[in-house]
Amino acid sequence: MSIDWNSFTPWASLGGGAMIGLAISVFIVVNGRIAGISGLLAAAAQRSSDAWGETVLFLLGLLLAPLLWGMFAVLPEIEIDAGWPALMLAGLLVGVGTRYGAGCTSGHGVCGISRLAPRSIAATACFMSAGFAMVYIIRHVLGD
Amino acid sequence: MIRLSAFLAGLIFGLGLLLAGMANPARVLAFLDLAGAWDPSLALVMAGAIGVAVVPLNWARKRERSLLGAPIQLPVKRKVDARLIGGSLLFGAGWGIAGICPGPVVVLLLTWQWQAFLFLSAMLTGMYLFAALEGRRRS
Repeated sequence: MSIDWNSFTPWASLGGGAMIGLAISVFIVVNGRIAGISGLLAAAAQRSSDAWGETVLFLLGLLLAPLLWGMFAVLPEIEIDAGWPALMLAGLLVGVGTRYGAGCTSGHGVCGISRLAPRSIAATACFMSAGFAMVYIIRHVLGD
Repeated sequence: MIRLSAFLAGLIFGLGLLLAGMANPARVLAFLDLAGAWDPSLALVMAGAIGVAVVPLNWARKRERSLLGAPIQLPVKRKVDARLIGGSLLFGAGWGIAGICPGPVVVLLLTWQWQAFLFLSAMLTGMYLFAALEGRRRS
């Protein structure tokens, strides 16, 4: 392992993380809900939630964030290297996987870990391991 | 009020993802690439988020109502089962292919990356597929 110190942004990442934590805090303390994005997306798509309006408004805030950012600063660089077949496969896996697994990086990785929920600790260990393994396979086994 | 707070929470969440570098799939993949030039930044995103959210989330465990009187809805399941493990492994595999998870894909839409629209469509298709399979299993 070699650490890429030039790309390392500890303060921005810690600060961004703290903002995510603040958003999660507001949502639980005021709305009484867990800010798990995969669950909110599924609830919004199915129109099944009794708090559908809130769900959609949270997602609307998330959607509009880059526009607000863009009013005050230049958007950070965004680089997506995956081609369309990879994106379709990845999206499908993320959709099916987060529903069977009942959560994603936010719901399990942050909210669940914070509550020390056994299911979330197990889920996070699984998706992190699978993510590490998949990148290893793509970059170091299949790649040159 | 409760709707305004939901909107603001989403907005802050999105700004946090942008600041943290998590909305850039290339950086997510650099974090997941332990054997390459590893960028540990995103571990700090998780640390920062948990550090702030841990107190309010545990406060909520002891309450039935939020500050505005909404019911506190926390997951009640405790059992680690095959669905949880299998689903999370599939999710992680998909995350490792493109470097995109459900929060960042929503943030990426209005940066007008066509990839985000394709990924989101495929992801929603996957969610519908799950709902359809579940509907058949239950009936």
